[in-house]
Amino acid sequence: MTDTVGIVIVSHSRDIAKGTADMVRQMVGSEVKVAFCGGNPDGGLGTSVPLIIDAINDAWSSKGVAVLVDLGGAETNSEMAVEMLEPARRDLVVVCNAPIVEGAVMAATEAAGGSSLAQVRAVAEELSAD
Amino acid sequence: MSVQPETFKSLLKAAAEQVIASAPELTSLDQAIGDGDHGTNMKRGFEAVLGKLDAISAQPLNEAFKAIGKTLVMTVGGASGPLYGSFFLAAGEALSQDKHLPDDLADVFGSGVDAVSARGRSQAGEKTMLDVLVPVLETLKAGAGQPDLIARVRITAAEAVERTVPMQATKGRASFLGARSVGHVDPGARSSCVLLHAVCAGLEARQ
Repeated sequence: MTDTVGIVIVSHSRDIAKGTADMVRQMVGSEVKVAFCGGNPDGGLGTSVPLIIDAINDAWSSKGVAVLVDLGGAETNSEMAVEMLEPARRDLVVVCNAPIVEGAVMAATEAAGGSSLAQVRAVAEELSAD
Repeated sequence: MSVQPETFKSLLKAAAEQVIASAPELTSLDQAIGDGDHGTNMKRGFEAVLGKLDAISAQPLNEAFKAIGKTLVMTVGGASGPLYGSFFLAAGEALSQDKHLPDDLADVFGSGVDAVSARGRSQAGEKTMLDVLVPVLETLKAGAGQPDLIARVRITAAEAVERTVPMQATKGRASFLGARSVGHVDPGARSSCVLLHAVCAGLEARQ
């Protein structure tokens, strides 16, 4: 099987992240690696850099990883997490400017077809275009 | 001249304790215009810093600043983690290059402020912590070497916090409120002031 772009879902709420991942799985089964995380380091609403780093590494693919986020802090923490990855991986992770649920489902569907990271990102971000 | 490890440790401890003590106030400010987690997030981060106080303070200053930054990044759990974390990481990096404290204080602080601005893609005037950090940087630049610098920083920070009240937020969760964000102190500006005032008080106590 050829490698496909991995998908990471980062929400302030673990329930939303898990639910989104469930919807992705329904669409692409196990063709695409999907990882999710949500909640701050104490488990309350928020996001956690170490959990995001773990999720990116769990979903790792030689083609890269697309990260879908919900609100501001999830984006800031995801960008920070990318910078803290080992150098060889940093350039192969993108944080998408896209709605989290629709973005994750569409990105994963695109990834399942073998598309590049740039193509996967473009499909997700098209949802945010005017 | 250099910063003694004992001085650094006591300032860091005082700053962390002051943030922790201010958690209820920060949370209350954030409940008004944000998601209400700024106090608990900052408390979690600075409790982690306090927990590593000895290990952090035992390192050279540049590494100590980076360790503070990394600890905040990994434990805060909100956008303020990467924002404050980036400040300390960049300040530590400046110290790893050719900058020294206290002589290059304005340059080192400026590196931190630039990092916050880049991380948040934000400028002063958007009702954020930058509305305290940027004026304080100006005060540091203008007042370098002057005997009343600490008092000036203290006043600049306090006045800068108050100036966030009439601002309308255009960054962060408060921006969702639009015009309703006007009339409130920005929680990030307040937490920056708390940190700066704790350092000022610590330095004054040592004079």
